[in-house]
Amino acid sequence: MTYIQLSYGDLILPALLVVMDGALSLVLHLKLERQLAIATVRMVVQLVLVGYVLTFLFAVVSPIWTALAAFIMVIFASREIMVRQKRRLLGFWTYGLGAGCTLLAAGTVTMFSLLTQLHPEPWYHPRYALPLLGMILGNTMTGISLGLDVLTNGLVRERAAVEACLALGGTRYQALLPVLRDALRSGFMPTINGMAAIGLVSLPGMMTGQILAGVEPIDAVKYQLLIMFLIAGGTGLGTLAAVMGGGRLLTDHRHRLRLDRIAAETAA
Amino acid sequence: MRSHPENRGLASAWTEHASDGETAHPRADKLVSRQLHRKAALVSERSSPVMLTVSALTRLHISVSFELNDGECIALQGPSGVGKTLLLRAIADLDPNAGAIKLDGALREAVPAPLWRKQVTYVAAEPGWWADTVQAHFTDWNDAIPLVARLGLPPNCGTWQIQRLSTGEKQRLGLARALMLQSRVLLLDEPTSALDATSTTIVESIIAERISSGTGVIWSTHDSSQAQRVGSRLFVMSSGGHIEEHQL
Repeated sequence: MTYIQLSYGDLILPALLVVMDGALSLVLHLKLERQLAIATVRMVVQLVLVGYVLTFLFAVVSPIWTALAAFIMVIFASREIMVRQKRRLLGFWTYGLGAGCTLLAAGTVTMFSLLTQLHPEPWYHPRYALPLLGMILGNTMTGISLGLDVLTNGLVRERAAVEACLALGGTRYQALLPVLRDALRSGFMPTINGMAAIGLVSLPGMMTGQILAGVEPIDAVKYQLLIMFLIAGGTGLGTLAAVMGGGRLLTDHRHRLRLDRIAAETAA
Repeated sequence: MRSHPENRGLASAWTEHASDGETAHPRADKLVSRQLHRKAALVSERSSPVMLTVSALTRLHISVSFELNDGECIALQGPSGVGKTLLLRAIADLDPNAGAIKLDGALREAVPAPLWRKQVTYVAAEPGWWADTVQAHFTDWNDAIPLVARLGLPPNCGTWQIQRLSTGEKQRLGLARALMLQSRVLLLDEPTSALDATSTTIVESIIAERISSGTGVIWSTHDSSQAQRVGSRLFVMSSGGHIEEHQL
């Protein structure tokens, strides 16, 4: 495998393209230059930091450091889920549901792939575990946040229908089923759309990266397929757990709809 | 609920479930029916059979105690926003509330909530709909046709789209849907608020038949003359959340 190494100096010219965007914003009074500058600086700092962190992790190959990195990734993912909700759950579950389901789904699927297909030595080697977890996490997070958003909004909007079903002696699962189905469909949609468009509309980043790094295209494709199957599994598992869990949290043992457990609508 | 045609399949799945709702909790159900039989035997020896006992029911500012007898209709009046709907919903256990409520001597908490609501059924003033067509909301549409026809709707309205119903049609169909359960207690929340005089008379006579065959009814209404017509007792709710019995 051979690949063309870049030096920091090689990045100066491409970075001028961002400066061009900034100039465009200034000339056309788009008022984006501040946001653009902050985003660019954040990107550079975050990525360089991640580069050094990964270098450190790959050097020590310690289960504790790897687990810590994975844990921090899950925390950021659950924060992202929370931020994307128009209506949030109250109390512990604001973060707890998203974090729990992300950890369950992405963790399970990552372990599954490490132990059955990839067999790195040792199995927790961060070179395999962390990129895999990252890719699965990103997609699982999208599924969970969409699913929860549709669930909470759907229950608020369809409150009369849900309560009519309950008043006639339906169980909470019967009453919630139409909304649960909508939420699950929304959670799965991005993954399904992604799988349908892949290779035609978009070349996945990981596959492109492997090809640039000198891997034979067909080998890169196999890796990408593995990742996509893992993503589909992780999203399915995570969305299911989050939507069913959310449905359970928003009803109680006396089969009542408990919209009082949703916080007031946020501006997002 | 509105957008996906698949939900029609879902609705029929729901109605299938609903029809065997009793098998969902076979043990509890057996327990309840045993209790019902025992209580029925007890009750028949008494002069005034008390069916529903509400003691110290508390929900937000509301705090009430009363008894509803077999074949009795309590008319419930009071200014808008005083909590009549909250009271009826609390009796049906649709909102968290405190207090002891018994049906034929059996404590509410002793039976699963869905089973309780099949016996003590709340009918909202503006009923909700979870499927696209009228008949998807009925466990057995063919059984419901005579009742629906009596309420002044054509027998073929089963295939009508919910979206195209008028407020009055929705109210009558919502009532019919609940009446099909043959509940022991009906909690009617302004059941004729969207109906014309003819339909109101029909609804009143249908409920009167149920009452004479032993159903207990709490009927919330803004119309004093309706309260006089349908009620055997009159409760007036005050803004403090208490009820007072008035002379009819």
